[in-house]
Amino acid sequence: MIRWLIGAIGLTAVASHAFAADPIEIHIGYLRLAGAKSTLSLVEQPAESDGVAGAQLAIDDNNTTGKFLNQHFTLEELRLKAGDDAAKAATTLAERNGFIIADLPADVLLKAADALRDRGTVIFNVGATDDRLREEDCRADVIHVAPTRSMLADALGQYLVWKQWKRWLLVTGSHDNDRLFAAALKRTATRFGAKIVDERTFEDTGGARRTDSGVALIQRQIPVFTQQAPAYDVLVAADESEVFANYLPYRTWDPRPVAGSAGLEPKSWDASQDQWGATQLQNRFLKLNARHMTALDMQAWTAARMIGEAASRTSSDDPKAIFGFLRGPDFSVAAFKGTRLTLRDWNLQLRQPILLVDGRMVVSVSPQEGFLHQASELDTLGVDRPETKCKLH
Amino acid sequence: MWRRYLLSGLALGLLSAVPARAYVAYVSNEKGNTVSVIDTDSWTVTNTIKVGQRPRGIEYTRDGKFVMVAVGDDDTIQVIDTKTQQVTDTLPSGPDPELFTQDTTGKVLYVANENDNTVTVIDLEKRARLGDIQVGVEPEGMAISPDDRVLINTSETTNMAHFIDTSSRQVVASVLVDSRPRFAAFKPDGSELWVSSEIGGTVSIIDPQKHAVTGKIEFAIPGLRKEAIQPVGINMTRDGKTVFVALGPANRIAVVDGASHAVTKYLLVGQRVWHMAFTPDGKYLLSTNGLSNDVSVIDVAAQKVIKTIQVGELPWGIAMQP
Repeated sequence: MIRWLIGAIGLTAVASHAFAADPIEIHIGYLRLAGAKSTLSLVEQPAESDGVAGAQLAIDDNNTTGKFLNQHFTLEELRLKAGDDAAKAATTLAERNGFIIADLPADVLLKAADALRDRGTVIFNVGATDDRLREEDCRADVIHVAPTRSMLADALGQYLVWKQWKRWLLVTGSHDNDRLFAAALKRTATRFGAKIVDERTFEDTGGARRTDSGVALIQRQIPVFTQQAPAYDVLVAADESEVFANYLPYRTWDPRPVAGSAGLEPKSWDASQDQWGATQLQNRFLKLNARHMTALDMQAWTAARMIGEAASRTSSDDPKAIFGFLRGPDFSVAAFKGTRLTLRDWNLQLRQPILLVDGRMVVSVSPQEGFLHQASELDTLGVDRPETKCKLH
Repeated sequence: MWRRYLLSGLALGLLSAVPARAYVAYVSNEKGNTVSVIDTDSWTVTNTIKVGQRPRGIEYTRDGKFVMVAVGDDDTIQVIDTKTQQVTDTLPSGPDPELFTQDTTGKVLYVANENDNTVTVIDLEKRARLGDIQVGVEPEGMAISPDDRVLINTSETTNMAHFIDTSSRQVVASVLVDSRPRFAAFKPDGSELWVSSEIGGTVSIIDPQKHAVTGKIEFAIPGLRKEAIQPVGINMTRDGKTVFVALGPANRIAVVDGASHAVTKYLLVGQRVWHMAFTPDGKYLLSTNGLSNDVSVIDVAAQKVIKTIQVGELPWGIAMQP
């Protein structure tokens, strides 16, 4: 009893001593473009805070943990307006922050990364799905939290093949990013034994995404556009530019399901995901932001949590020590996806299960059963080690 | 059927007179919103009780008169009268209660509330809330030291085991463990605290005096990928010599030597095994298997699965009559 009492007093002393000292400050920057893209569906229109709200929640979570470790995390957001110099902005942000979470298109991200090269700043790519950023254009100090197009395409393809929907009608938009997603889907078809029976391009002729008599017009256009296709099981759409894919479901000439950029979509996260304790995260997010959590929010949450996780394991605010831990064999992070997430050491891509969602429910989670891998089943998604073109450093 | 019912009714009435052999176990079915009542003599489900939304954590009161079940989506703990096997009361828990523990006297209940980073303290006799303790993100696992002085709470996203002084209700130490700690258990002599990390895939052994991790148990099952091994429930024999660890989607329970911490055997049970409970005589261990909707019965001495009992949808927690 007396021994215990002394122990307790000793501990209180240690605790109060710890709290008397200034906490270790860990500063995280958030770099993104100003303005949001326009979507076909009004309910999918991203909020002003898309992405950064997820990072903020992770900062709150990290700070709750930090109370017990005397660590404190901050977030500074910087928005690039049209014409702003990404290299300059990144450098300004890096003066105050050892870590930068970036939601930027591939070219802008590379500009920012190259401006910060050898500075010791660690960049977390949460927005760009381009495979080239993890392959020929990979950078030694950029961690990729966002899944790649090839990971997303493989996640969808595994499910379609499991479902025995192996004949695909591929419809691609006319923009570069649409073609990149289509290329990833074609790669998937080859890998997993699906067949693209026909390929069509939906030209973007411009025009408003919303008009007062829009529905009547679309109802006439889409059946004609999908007419006279060879026998197929599923229409797979590649439309990252939000020009047509959401017009396809229920309007195809043949009664077929739609997948890809509409219908059944591969995503890193969805507001309907409630497995593996996710409800708690969704509730926290909803309470803080009065809106649902998107894939981008989750990618930013995961990035900030990775920093928090590494800071608590290393008891350090030094980006070098934290980066070293993240790249090392002991790192893993829990992100409500039923399995630990780790980094691919050859290109710093975060391994992760991909959800297949229909906008209201999680239909399935890939990798699918039966897709095996000698190292990690998560590596059945995307470009694997033997195929990589990335040389870090 | 009619006769069996009569007989079990008779047995219940005579329970105090005859040497204890038939026990009653309560299983919470997370998706079914029910509690299955199992008779350990016939190994059958004798009753299914409708409860609130998403029942998970479940325990008997120390006097054996009531079973408490946390119904997380209804933000409360329901109390089942074991005589009538009906829900008769609720306890003032915080939002989204999941697991809870009580002190050895059965007077104070400690509840992990996942949604607001707190542990709620409840007076069980008055059924009144005594206070809250702030802990890490997503509190889950709960354990109390055999001398009632230290309460342990694990927080799933903070990845810590918090040591709470039960008299001052202050966190006195926090120990980092691997990802998503879900369950904590003291050795019966209080010499060690075991904490399972679901995503980390390990069990940490903590020295409760030094507040330091002194060992870590890892699991390896041939032919099974590492990610499928997700330790959750931990149950120890009364002498502390043998420990059973439920491994979730690995569909197995690991048998661990309490002294050397070496894994000696893996028992194949149902799919996604969550939690376990011993019969009071220590002869049998029952496990809830979430995905296969059943309960496995293990002969503790033989270390063999001897029976499977179908229960409700997604069985999660299990409470055994004291």
